[in-house]
Amino acid sequence: MTAILPAESAGTRRAPVRRTPAGHRKRWRYLPQYLAIAPFFVLFAIFGLYPVLYSFYLALQRWDGVGPMKFVGLQNFAYLLTDTTFWDSIGNTLIIFVMSTVPMTALALLVALGLNSSVRYKGALRVAYFLPNVTSIVAMSLVFGSIFSDEFGILNWVLRLVGIGDVDWLNDPWAIRGAISIMIIWRWTGYNAIIFLAGLQAMPTDVLEAARIDGAGPVQTFFRVTLPLLRPVLLFSVVMSAIGGLQIFSESQVLLGNRGGPGGAGMTMVLYFYNTAFADNDFGYGAAIAWGIFVVVVLFSILNWRLVARPERGQVQTKGAGR
Amino acid sequence: MTSRRGRILTLVALIIGALITLFPYYWLAVMASNTTADIYTTPPKLTFGGHLFANIGEVFSQINFFGSLLNTLIAAVVTTLLVLFFDSLAAFTFAKYDFPGANLLFGILLATFVVPTQLSAIPQFTIMAHLGWVGDLKALIIPAAANAFGIFWMRQYARGAIPDELLEAARIDGAGFFRTYLSVGLPVLRPALAFLGIFTFVNVWNDYLWPLVVLIDSNHVTLQVALAQLQGAYVKDYSVVMAGTLVAIVPLIIVFLLGARHFIRNIAAGALKG
Repeated sequence: MTAILPAESAGTRRAPVRRTPAGHRKRWRYLPQYLAIAPFFVLFAIFGLYPVLYSFYLALQRWDGVGPMKFVGLQNFAYLLTDTTFWDSIGNTLIIFVMSTVPMTALALLVALGLNSSVRYKGALRVAYFLPNVTSIVAMSLVFGSIFSDEFGILNWVLRLVGIGDVDWLNDPWAIRGAISIMIIWRWTGYNAIIFLAGLQAMPTDVLEAARIDGAGPVQTFFRVTLPLLRPVLLFSVVMSAIGGLQIFSESQVLLGNRGGPGGAGMTMVLYFYNTAFADNDFGYGAAIAWGIFVVVVLFSILNWRLVARPERGQVQTKGAGR
Repeated sequence: MTSRRGRILTLVALIIGALITLFPYYWLAVMASNTTADIYTTPPKLTFGGHLFANIGEVFSQINFFGSLLNTLIAAVVTTLLVLFFDSLAAFTFAKYDFPGANLLFGILLATFVVPTQLSAIPQFTIMAHLGWVGDLKALIIPAAANAFGIFWMRQYARGAIPDELLEAARIDGAGFFRTYLSVGLPVLRPALAFLGIFTFVNVWNDYLWPLVVLIDSNHVTLQVALAQLQGAYVKDYSVVMAGTLVAIVPLIIVFLLGARHFIRNIAAGALKG
């Protein structure tokens, strides 16, 4: 928005100097273009940029949202560093991220490989696998709440049938994290399978053909040719999962409530933020938590990038398979 | 791998996976069509019952719930139309016109991707309070009326899809900028509009955190918030909650199925380019 203003105000300021029709035309020549892109920039300035700056100011205050603000300097941030609930929420979020992303990626790869072979009903299968991704998290959290229910839940009924016995899905800390992970896996496997499928279909067939002629079996081809070639798509998927995984909120809140269930095992970073800011009306500290989450997300993204985008090992393996 | 047996095994495995994926929907329908007493049995009742409409009736006797269905529909439709208009207009401009600062502005637009939503949530709430929009659907619609993702995504599409000759022809025919957008840009962008439309509609329909913050305790809650409230109010009557859940997802599933092929293809293409 700030970048648009000079163009417009420059026009009005110089108006008295050059009043020729040609000058007029020239000055207003790009007005339609600026007007066309203005809505986004205006909305972003009001509802995006200004709030971000203001949230830093808020983080320096103590404020319940109604009464007067009280300036407390860096106290909120200092407290954040010693706040065990915050650190626990980071831990929970990362645990749930790992517990969901690893199985999800493996399952999505399997589904993608299956869909990439010459089976029938591909269209219908793709839609079936993708459907969870567009269905409301709140609605499906309620359904899963019943599936996970301790005594009458169908999952425990099945587990009893196969002899595993009851799991205390909504009370035991690890079972709680498992339950949330299952919901995430259910939601995102199809999405990632579609992404991987696109990657598989964009793969140059001559390379796969060459591997086959050179006598590589299906398993060898998969690990030495397909997987390395799929790396950019896998990278995209993992980075997207990380960004999404750090934002987990609805599953926990609907399934377990604002406190993240017994022992707070389902207390994620965003849930803690919501709970502090909008349930406890502690806006100043809530803003500090938001900045804390932001820092964690940035650090995690950098780490992620470094781990996944390492030197081109994939290419070496491709050469190895072609040899 | 391409043997007949391999193909059949793969298909069977894929179908089993799909059935597991779809099971929660089946289970939802089973619970919504039975009485709560039928649900709480061991072994659980696995088939549809005859109480679906009674349960839905119970849900709708809660005036709030019917209102929330309407609110969600209004928010989703209006937001989608605004996004389609503003995003396509901006995307068309960025894709096809040179003007001073175009690159810088597009760079700023891309940079806004990294702004996390939690950071702006509290100040946004206070802005809404100042504007008197708390409890009003405007608080959902206006901030979401144009977005960087849609503009970025559609610009990629517009660059390849709109031939410069067409724009030149429009100019020679005396069409102004806006006229050109309407008669040349929009028709060509139709497939992209369909995708962005479904994407936006689904997102608004499903959004939870922001509506929960800004609409709670008002007459304008959305379905997702109403669902959470329904769960709190009907702790004992599970089948009613499930009937409400069913009502909340069926319209969305219909919208998705109508454009599913197209939608899925675009999701995949976006990932490859990204």
